[in-house]
Order: sequence, then structure tokens, then C-alpha cells
Amino acid sequence: MTADAKPDLLPEVAVESPRGVFRRLVGRKLALFAMTVIGIIVGAALFAPVVAPFNPEEQFFEGLTLEGAPLPPGERFWLGTDLLGRDLLSRLIYGARTSLLIGIVANGIAVAVGAFVGILAGFFRGWVETLLMRFTDLMMAFPALLLAITLAALFHPSLWIVAMVIAMVNWVQMARVVYTETRSLSEREFILAERAMGAGLFRILFRHILPHLLSTIVVFGTLGISTTVLLEATLSYLGIGVQPPTPSWGNIIYENQTYFTSAPWLVFFPGFAIIALALGFNLLGDSLREVLDPTQKGRH
Amino acid sequence: MGGYVLRRILQSLLILLGISFLTFILLYLIPADPARQIAGRSATAQTVENIREQLGLNLPFYQQYFRYLTGLLQGDLGRSYLQKTEVGELIWSRLPATLLLMAGAIVSELAIGLTMGLVAALRRNTATDTSLMVLSFVGVSSPQFVIGILLLYVFSVQLGWFPIGGYGTFRHMVLPSLTLGLLGAGWYSRMMRSAMIDVLRQDFIRTARAKGLKRWQVLFGHAMPNALLPVIAMIGIDIGLFMSGIVVVESVFGWPGIGQLAWQAIQRVDIPIIMGVTLVSAFAIVLGNFLADLIAPLIDPRIKLR
Repeated sequence: MTADAKPDLLPEVAVESPRGVFRRLVGRKLALFAMTVIGIIVGAALFAPVVAPFNPEEQFFEGLTLEGAPLPPGERFWLGTDLLGRDLLSRLIYGARTSLLIGIVANGIAVAVGAFVGILAGFFRGWVETLLMRFTDLMMAFPALLLAITLAALFHPSLWIVAMVIAMVNWVQMARVVYTETRSLSEREFILAERAMGAGLFRILFRHILPHLLSTIVVFGTLGISTTVLLEATLSYLGIGVQPPTPSWGNIIYENQTYFTSAPWLVFFPGFAIIALALGFNLLGDSLREVLDPTQKGRH
Repeated sequence: MGGYVLRRILQSLLILLGISFLTFILLYLIPADPARQIAGRSATAQTVENIREQLGLNLPFYQQYFRYLTGLLQGDLGRSYLQKTEVGELIWSRLPATLLLMAGAIVSELAIGLTMGLVAALRRNTATDTSLMVLSFVGVSSPQFVIGILLLYVFSVQLGWFPIGGYGTFRHMVLPSLTLGLLGAGWYSRMMRSAMIDVLRQDFIRTARAKGLKRWQVLFGHAMPNALLPVIAMIGIDIGLFMSGIVVVESVFGWPGIGQLAWQAIQRVDIPIIMGVTLVSAFAIVLGNFLADLIAPLIDPRIKLR
């Protein structure tokens, strides 16, 4: 080993401009596909009152057959109607609002808590590190869904409780990743130099550590939205997530599942919507990882 | 090695203790009154008070926890509030079904995931590779209840190949195992692909080719075993995925395992059962991680235990 070889093989971390990242993303087919899917769903959620053909809560008299069964997809109700004769497409469009809202709020809290815990443990070391990381280990061994289901069932579920429950379960992974990175960052020469020059704690944290963590946080934050969307759907499917009449893709399936043999579209369309949104964020997160992560460059 | 094992066992026990404490706090803080629930609506205040005393619900929190912990050390998980049975017995009687389902899930996730990963690695950077990897992402992005209902609709309702739910024969096992395994299959296919690509680049593969071995001999005799081992070592970690999955999968398919037991208990706020299943799951997860860490250096001597 030569004298000038670096002791640790960490790559130089360059902080890229958002515009540059975006341009490189658009060049990738899968990322472009993911952004299109996410864009369509976000657009539908934002402009729901304009886009939705009907009021999602209105129970149409002509929305049911003479025997009182839901209508299959057709000319008037494009994706068919549900048990109560409501338009499924309109409910799906309004349901996108619920999924995205919970996805963003719950994941936002999880990312903030996880990053905070990770930075604290990785930067301060000592007893702070021991305490926080042992607690993180403990949360890792918790059966996550069981915990979420128990919590959601025991509190009276509302949109915000569901978001909080999901955040409580999902911050752990972010904490672990950020912790590992902060730890190795805070041992690098430029941080030591800053410290030696007497830079304040906040200056080091915000000007030097945080910018370098940004790409990790963005990648895992994006992937996390997908986990959150899936968890919300599962809780709502079990009837302990978002409560009807507020439409959510999970609770549409929950409300209609007993009729799925005769009216399968009531399960299929919301199911595909959930998969599309989760897939979109997973693909986008993975592309972001490839674009942002310098250690991955030139591999595979 | 011995010191490491001992330290890890101690750590695992501490984690389990922590989980028991946390779960106890969570369930203790719930705004439900189990005594009133057990007594029923028509019970007098006195009856409710008696039940509360009998269950120790009138004691301060730390005494209740201590009581629970001493029971736990003697292998006693407490009694169900509503079913009047030992929680340990309930879990024990349903454990075989859950273990069977998990075994099925492991088989299906490995079969699907490894095949997909292998094919993708061999057809690297082609359309086949891309579509397989997108497919693996679809597997990871699909909620298990959607997969379960979809499989039920296609294979039970439309084609009639498998029963619509229940437990007993091999045919009952197929769909639930697939549903539980699909998530893992997504992860395994990605891991297998990159492990295989790494191995195929190594010198000993070139040597094997150079000495005139056939393509399939190199592939299955030399490359596969080396790519497979680190992937197989991950099975222990899957326990965590499964423990989350069983609640949903068992309720979709009416599978009489501990996931269904937990879900029924949650709906009735039967705290001792929820507590028991949580602890058993956490135990399985900790054990799975522990085994995965132990196996890793046996498979790859470059990994050192610290």
C-alpha cells in the first residue's frame, strides 16, 4: 500500500444539482415510466373534482342492477360500480388522495425521525449511540405489521392515527442507513479539519454532514413511500385503516371483498392502483439510487 | 467463536426483554377495560372488580409486568381473556400450520426467485433481463392481500384447480405459500442476479471454461454453488417478512395458524394472546437473524464474526 492511498475507500461524494439528476433520470426508460405513473396518480389526486366523472359518495339508483348487484365496467360507469351503486372510477380517483396523503405524511415523519436518530447516533457516538442504536435493534426485531395492526386496531383509526402508526413502524430502516453513513462521514478528514478549526456543531451538521447524506435520504425516502402505501392499503383492507366513507384503495377492497367472485372488478382495479403507485416509487427510488450513488457507478 | 455466540445470545435475550416491556406498555396504555369486557354487559360493578383483582389488573403497572415476566420465565404466557384457555396452548396448537405455510413460502420464493435471477444474469442487459427485473419489482410492490385474492379468483374460482381456502391437503397449501413467498421471490431474484454476475466474472470460471468444461457444467458445477450460498444465507432474515405476512395471508385463505389467531385476538382486544403472538414472532425473528449471522462465516470464511 502506498503512502497516499486513502485509509478508507470511500468515494468522493459530490452533491449534484437537482436539475442534473432529473435530466439523467429522464434518460432512463424505467425511471421515465415510473415518473409517468406517479405523475398520472398525483394529477388525478390533485384535480380529483375536475377529473372524476361523478361524486364519489353518490349512490346511484341506476348504479345497481335490478337484483341490487353492482354493475360491471360499462359505458356510463367506466370501471363499474360498487356495492352501494357508487362509481368505482370516481372513488379510485378520490382514493388516490388518501393514499398519497398518507404516503407522504407518514413517510415524511418516518424519514425525519429516522434521519434524526441516525445522525444523532452516528455523530455523537458514546452513550447516545448505544442507547439509540440498541433501541433501533429492538424495533427491527418487532414484527412490524403485527405492531401496526395492533396499534391501529386499538386506537380509533383516523387518517392521522394511521399515518402516525405507519411512521412509528417505518423509521427504523432510515435510521440504520443514515447512522452508518454519518458514522463514516464524521471520521473523514474534512470533518476532522472543520472540528480542529473550531467550527460549531450546527455548522458541521448542516453545512457538511447533511448535504452528503442528502442522496441517501432521497433514495430511501422515495423507496419508503412505496412501503408506506402498501402498509396503508393493508391496514385499510383489514378495516382498521382509513375508515369509509372516505375512499382509500385498501378500504374499497375491504368493503367489497365478499362479492369478489361475482364482481371481481371491485378488487382488481383498486388492487392494480395500489401496485402501480408502489411500483412507481420503487422503480423511481431504484433509479435514483443508481443515478445518485457514486459507489454504484460502472457496476453491472 | 464461543464468546461471540454467547454474547449474541445475551443480546438476543435483552432484545426480547425489551420487546416484552414495550409490548406490555403499549397494551397497558390501551383505553379498553378487559375486566369489563370479560364480565359482559350485564355484570355488576362488584363482579367486574373481582375479575380485575383476579387478573391482577388492579396492581400498579410495574407489578403487573413483573408478574407477567415471572410467568414467562416459567414458560407461562398467561390465559386468554375470552377463550379461557392457556395462551401457550393456543399458540402451540396453531404453530404447526404456520410453520408449514412458511416452509411452503420458502420453497416457492426460492424456486421463483432463484430461477428468475439466474435467467436474468445469463441474459444480462437484454429485454428478458429488464422484464424479469421489472417483474421482481412488481412482486415487491404488490400487497399480499391483492396477490392472494387475485390467485384465489384465477385458480380457485375460475379454473377450480385449488380449494378456495382452508387447511389439510397439499392442494390447500399451494396458493397461500405462493402468496407469502412472492415478496421474497422479488428480493431473491435481484440478489441471485447480482451474485451470479459477480461469480461469472471470477477467474476460476474462466479456468473452468478454459479447461474445456461444457457450458452447463461450468454453470451448475462451478458458478451456481458459489452464487447460491450467500443467497441461501438470507433465509433466516426472511422470518421477519413472514411474521408480518402471515396475519394477512392467513386471514385471506382462512389458514388456521398464529397469524389468524393474532388477528382474531386483535379484533376482540384479547391482550394476552396479542402479547403472546408478538413475543413468539419476535423470538422467531431474533432466532432467524442469529442463525443467519452464524451461517454467514461458515459459507464465506472471509466474513469474520465480531
